[in-house]
Amino acid sequence: MFDTLITYRVQLLTGAGLTILVAVASLALATAIGMIGAIGKLHGPRSARGLLGIYTTVMRGIPDLVVILLIYFGGTVTLSKLRGSYFEVEPFTAGVFALGMISGAYMTEVFRGAIQAVPKGQIEAAKALGLRPLALFFLVVVPQAWRIALPGFGNQWLILLKHTSLISVVGLEELMRKSVIVAGATQQPFTIYSATAVSYLVMTILSMRALKRFERRLERGYGR
Amino acid sequence: MLDLRISLESLPKLAKGATLTVELSALVLVTAAILSIPVAFALNARRGWISRAAEAYVMLFRGTPAMIQIFLVYYGTSQFAWFRESVFWPVFREPYWCAVVALGLNGAAYTGNILAGAIRAVPSGTIEAGRALGLDWFKLQRFIVIPQAVRIGFPAYTNEVIQTVKATSLASTITLIELTGSAQMLVNDTYAPYEVFLAAAGMYLAITFCLAAIFHRIEQRLYRAGCDPAAQNLKVAVEA
Repeated sequence: MFDTLITYRVQLLTGAGLTILVAVASLALATAIGMIGAIGKLHGPRSARGLLGIYTTVMRGIPDLVVILLIYFGGTVTLSKLRGSYFEVEPFTAGVFALGMISGAYMTEVFRGAIQAVPKGQIEAAKALGLRPLALFFLVVVPQAWRIALPGFGNQWLILLKHTSLISVVGLEELMRKSVIVAGATQQPFTIYSATAVSYLVMTILSMRALKRFERRLERGYGR
Repeated sequence: MLDLRISLESLPKLAKGATLTVELSALVLVTAAILSIPVAFALNARRGWISRAAEAYVMLFRGTPAMIQIFLVYYGTSQFAWFRESVFWPVFREPYWCAVVALGLNGAAYTGNILAGAIRAVPSGTIEAGRALGLDWFKLQRFIVIPQAVRIGFPAYTNEVIQTVKATSLASTITLIELTGSAQMLVNDTYAPYEVFLAAAGMYLAITFCLAAIFHRIEQRLYRAGCDPAAQNLKVAVEA
């Protein structure tokens, strides 16, 4: 049982590495979308707010798998038409784009709530001090909103980490896909999938620990 | 650009998949709801080893992708000859029941966690009052704790229901032709991914919107005068 795992350890570890890479890339995209989305929802023109409302509602109402399939197969069709010859979208790009878009919708709501939770007096004080809008946002709002947003943000990271497994459906050789390949080769699906599950569990637990620490650090000076 | 005719033509075939999606969701939700009750009580148990076992269960299912759970139940169990000869095999041989088992256990972990949090949030004064009235443990839970916990946990549970419907799309990875699976098959036939997947996405939205509306109605009924936990500042955080 364990010798199979030792034989295929490189396969599974490279898969795990790619899983982390995809999750980090998706998180970066989701964070960017979330920040822009939150500002747009709070301060944007009425039309932008309406569109963002549709975006967040739609993205949260359909399965991640459908979004990934839509972007992967849809992207392949569109790019093939544009280039005039068959062109396949990279599963990595499609996966990161899909997960980033979905998580970005949740992130928009997380950041919006966090920005709204910054006390009004802080913003008034910053304005009274003559800070420009950008300085006000990055020096006064973000540092305070960040603390409030962290639990929601960490939650999204944990979800992303698990949902990267869905990209295996379009052929990205991350941990899930690798374990499917190894399970097929060894005919020991239970052994391999258990090891894979444990690998995901380790990543989740380590992330949770790191997030807890981070949260405690940000709580400094708030009397807790 | 978009050929809406293909979308429209795909609707009847997708509808068939959608019925399976709804059916799976209902079965998974019922399984998860039943299992979540012992999970919640075990999580709050005073005996250390019971609550630790329940925590391990919840961690296991919330800390790993649902897809690996489905694969373990469907493909994993076939590794052992003794299991293939056991009485369970007729159930575990079918992708349909494997999806229900895996997603049901998964849902029980999430729902159990919500319920446990809600039970802890029940004001202790009401429990003390119940004890003072001489209610035994079972009656205390039945008439005091559970009715209040259900109200406290309900908004978080609504969210969990939507997540469950979306999670049933994973059944397509073990050959079930539910909504996502039937959309994939149609795309293979028509090679019109936008038209078909957008139609499928629309159907998912219709299902989740209907559920959200229904649960909103139930919530309003639950929160009739004097029963609104929000008014008493009792809330359970929605977690992943």
